Amino acid sequence: MNEKISSLRESFERELEAAKNSEAVEKLRVAYLGKKGSVTELLKGLKDVSGEQKKEMGQHINLLKKQVEEKIGAQIEKIKAAEEEALVASAEQYDVTLPVTEAEGSYHPITLVQRQLEEIFASMGFTIEDYSEIVDDYHCFEALNIPKHHPARDMQDTYYLENGQLLKTHTSAAQNAIMKKYGAPLRAIFPGRCFRNEATDACHENTFFQMEGIMIDKNISISNLIYFMKTMLSEVFERDINVRLRPGFFPFVEPGFELDISCLICGGEGCPSCKNSGWLELCPCGMIHPNVLTAGGIDPEEYTGFAFGLGLTRLVMMKYGVKDIRDLNSGNLKALSQFRHE
Amino acid sequence: MLISMNWIGDFVDLSGLDLEALIRRFTLSTAEVEDIFHMGEDLKDVVAGKILSVEAHPDSKKLHLLKVDGGDRVYDVVCGAPNVREGLIVPFVKEGGRVAGMDIRCAKIAGYESHGMCCSEHELGISADHSGLMELPGDTPVGMDITELYAIRDIVFEVDNKSLTNRPDLWGHYGIAREFSALTGRGLKPLETVELSRFDSLPPIDIQILDKELCYRYTGLKVRNIQKKVSPVDMRIRLFYCGTRAINLLADLTNYLMLEMGQPMHAFDCAKVDCIEVKRFDAPFSFQTLDGTERRIDENTLMICSKGNPVAVAGIMGGLDSEIEDDTDSLLLESANFDAVSVRKSSTRLGLRTDASMRYEKTLDPEMTMPAIGRFLKLLLDIDPEAQVISRLTDVYERHYPEITLSFDKHYVDRYTGIDIENEQILQTLNSLGFCTRYEDGVFQVKVPSWRATKDVTIKADIIEEITRIYGYDNFRISTTHSALVPEKKSAGNKSDNFAKDILVQRYHLHEVNSYIWFDAKKCRELGMETEQNVRLLNAQTPDHEILRNNMGPTLLVFLNENKTFSPDFGIFEIARVAEGLKENGECNERKKLGIALYSRQKSEKELYFELLGMLKTLGRDIKRAGFTFANTAPLHSWQHPRNTASVTCGGKTLGWLCTVHPSVLGKLDKKAAVAVAQLDMDEFAAIPAADPVYREPSKFPGIDIDLSVVLPEGKKFADLEPAWTGMQQDLLAGVSLIDSFELAGARSVTLRFAFSSQEKTLSKDEVQPYVDKIVESWKSLGVILRG
Repeated sequence: MNEKISSLRESFERELEAAKNSEAVEKLRVAYLGKKGSVTELLKGLKDVSGEQKKEMGQHINLLKKQVEEKIGAQIEKIKAAEEEALVASAEQYDVTLPVTEAEGSYHPITLVQRQLEEIFASMGFTIEDYSEIVDDYHCFEALNIPKHHPARDMQDTYYLENGQLLKTHTSAAQNAIMKKYGAPLRAIFPGRCFRNEATDACHENTFFQMEGIMIDKNISISNLIYFMKTMLSEVFERDINVRLRPGFFPFVEPGFELDISCLICGGEGCPSCKNSGWLELCPCGMIHPNVLTAGGIDPEEYTGFAFGLGLTRLVMMKYGVKDIRDLNSGNLKALSQFRHE
Repeated sequence: MLISMNWIGDFVDLSGLDLEALIRRFTLSTAEVEDIFHMGEDLKDVVAGKILSVEAHPDSKKLHLLKVDGGDRVYDVVCGAPNVREGLIVPFVKEGGRVAGMDIRCAKIAGYESHGMCCSEHELGISADHSGLMELPGDTPVGMDITELYAIRDIVFEVDNKSLTNRPDLWGHYGIAREFSALTGRGLKPLETVELSRFDSLPPIDIQILDKELCYRYTGLKVRNIQKKVSPVDMRIRLFYCGTRAINLLADLTNYLMLEMGQPMHAFDCAKVDCIEVKRFDAPFSFQTLDGTERRIDENTLMICSKGNPVAVAGIMGGLDSEIEDDTDSLLLESANFDAVSVRKSSTRLGLRTDASMRYEKTLDPEMTMPAIGRFLKLLLDIDPEAQVISRLTDVYERHYPEITLSFDKHYVDRYTGIDIENEQILQTLNSLGFCTRYEDGVFQVKVPSWRATKDVTIKADIIEEITRIYGYDNFRISTTHSALVPEKKSAGNKSDNFAKDILVQRYHLHEVNSYIWFDAKKCRELGMETEQNVRLLNAQTPDHEILRNNMGPTLLVFLNENKTFSPDFGIFEIARVAEGLKENGECNERKKLGIALYSRQKSEKELYFELLGMLKTLGRDIKRAGFTFANTAPLHSWQHPRNTASVTCGGKTLGWLCTVHPSVLGKLDKKAAVAVAQLDMDEFAAIPAADPVYREPSKFPGIDIDLSVVLPEGKKFADLEPAWTGMQQDLLAGVSLIDSFELAGARSVTLRFAFSSQEKTLSKDEVQPYVDKIVESWKSLGVILRG
């Protein structure tokens, strides 16, 4: 019996040595440990052995069984590792530099800049208001203290409709309705499409976007206006912006200002794009005219406020370097599909 | 407008100040300066030179050999000017000097050395005249520097006219000088004039204002025996620097006056015009203005007439027939004030904008007409003392502006400025600008000067601007607002729009476009779409752009057509306005619409149509958690497909439509492509209340899925199947989904999966069978039978 065990161990060691893949090892396992395997057979044969011997033999055979099991286990691990290694080695390494074409849509650049601005204003508690494009004389002019014979009302600037209405020439046309809707105190912005009846070229469009804002409360001052414009524009341009105010005449503000910002290219040193002045003319603003407040149902003796108008279209052109304003309304996807990311 | 600092210096002493810094300050306090020019800056060694001798050049007909006395020595000069002659005194550049951007060096000209150059006015930069040498008076001291003889050195700046539209007082140097006086605190000198009352004994001029509406004031004076014809050099230099061409003394004087005081003047030849009527005519006629153009004058245009004959277009331009000519020695001087709107409209109608009309448009101060005549006479008599006034000053003043006095207190100023400007400074600023001020019991009483009272300063907020702009906005201490903490006022704004844009761009990869609110009739025609009747613009740039669009379809189809080379498969959208005709009150029914258009040469029309339908469903579900329903409908527009146009509704409200395109339009757009278009009303869409999600606890027990396949006979729609299960117990039938659908010999086979589940237990097939039977029964009554 002992000899049988030793010879079995020897033959197992030999055969294990020869088993080079997982199938061969599995075969070996069946041949030794399977139901009819040699080690199993040995154990079965114990029943014919008796007494002391039976116990001793039993221990020997079980030891053999345990050794066979362990060695097979170890061998399987080893082979598996080798096989995985081979699999890794033979795997294709993907070329991550290959261009990947993925369907992508695009936002109109006006939307992108408008959202950026809306986010800033929303963070400062401004209501965002949408307003119609077809308005009447009262909202576009009269309520804004623009007298009957003001040149701005002339046919050559304004698109008039046959029913007596007109296409709004500026976002200010919303001021009256918004004041009446909410009353004071009030802070609101109102982006929108505006129309001017003029021939188009690279710098002129008859259809363009503005964004106007108003803030009305007790004791709103010029000092507040300058502070606000500086803070707001620093957010818009994502850097510290210096502003300066010059007198500017707009019938719906008093005093009215043209606001310049320190040149974005040279920072105020003077360069060709600011004509060496260090300043860029950016937007009109001013203290809301008492007549405009009154027309909006707000008492100018109790409340003051400021208003400002940003040229959304102009900001888009500045931000993305769009040279020809007509590209924006062209519907040309070769131009517009580039504005993919928010 | 061009402003000469020398001229300003006549009225306010700016000596010792940095003029350029002052001009920059002007930009910040008054009006935008566009450019600064340094006149005569590069002149060097230009002196009064006397031509001692003139010798013909042996080889040239044009050239002469001169000996010129430059004061220090005699120079040999080769000169080609036609008016050289012995004894003439001319501006002479010595060698080593500089003129007109050229360094003058000793040079050989046609074989002879030239050691300097004699100059024309053009070369000196003081006029456009380059016909010959500038001839200086015979008593000019030889050798004297030309810049000491004449005011050639000057700083001239250009103000943006647009920034002066509301300041009628700034359309002349005197008004600008008042600003500099306020900015520097240096006094403003009064204008020197002739006291006109001394002519009161002379006969008046017959002036009749027949149109008292449009002519506020007409002031006139007659002068004769004017012998001098040419204006002094310094006057001509100023006119030239300020953009005006010197003509003759009288014309120059009216221009000079206008540039100085801002008051346009007109000089009629007294021999042709000796009385004045101001009126409009009843019928149109033709009139030749002094620029030689024949113009049609209509019944709205105010005219100056003499004995019934028109002699000038009021406030715009004189007539050719009454023009002063070089031999005119007597004149009738007009200094008048006309209605600003009338002048502007007439000038627009005539297509004739002049220096005079530009000023009248701004609403000039009528108080100015009289001092302007006094000033004119002063300048004339200084130049030509022999001139003789032959009428009394005749003044017809029909319309006065009311005097304006404003009162306010310090608190009012503080509230507006947010800073503390001292009383003393407020008073000083207003006084320096010509306001009469009084401060009593804490109240400022301010009388607005006539030149600011025509429209510019009418309310106390206007005074704030005067105080603050002179104070300087750069000097403001800036501070944040102090507003109460309140929630932002709620507005629908464009929230739904933004949400829809995100879904369409990020999920469906569409491209957002912007377009115009009108139809492009020409491009629509090219695609076989007739432009529908709708509200029209009265003044479109082209008749093709005069009809407002009533839906987004045509705009987007034109864009699809223009982008065919962009990609074989793409989609576009825009959220924009249309006018759906007129409302009952006559206003446009303006609506905000989302338009979507898809184009594909890869997908079938049907695939594209359902893709679009899926997008619309997603918008409803994701933004509003609302279910959209679709139903075939008759086309609303001729370009829509008669069979495949469907309405989109939600909760009974019609939101829009989707469609494919009529073959006649598709054929023109692209025969090989599929196209689908949709429109949603974003105003209606925004008004749909966004329902909260209904939460259903996930069941702990496995459910059971039952698949049923049916054949839909022709004429039956999927929607016909739905009533069979719609009333079923919600907590048992968790969902129904379409598994498969295909054409089968003229009919349609549909496989549906019914997912049953319970919160309490694992369902057995037997438990759900009654429900399944009920569904099948219900279908049977429709003639729909189970397949296989």
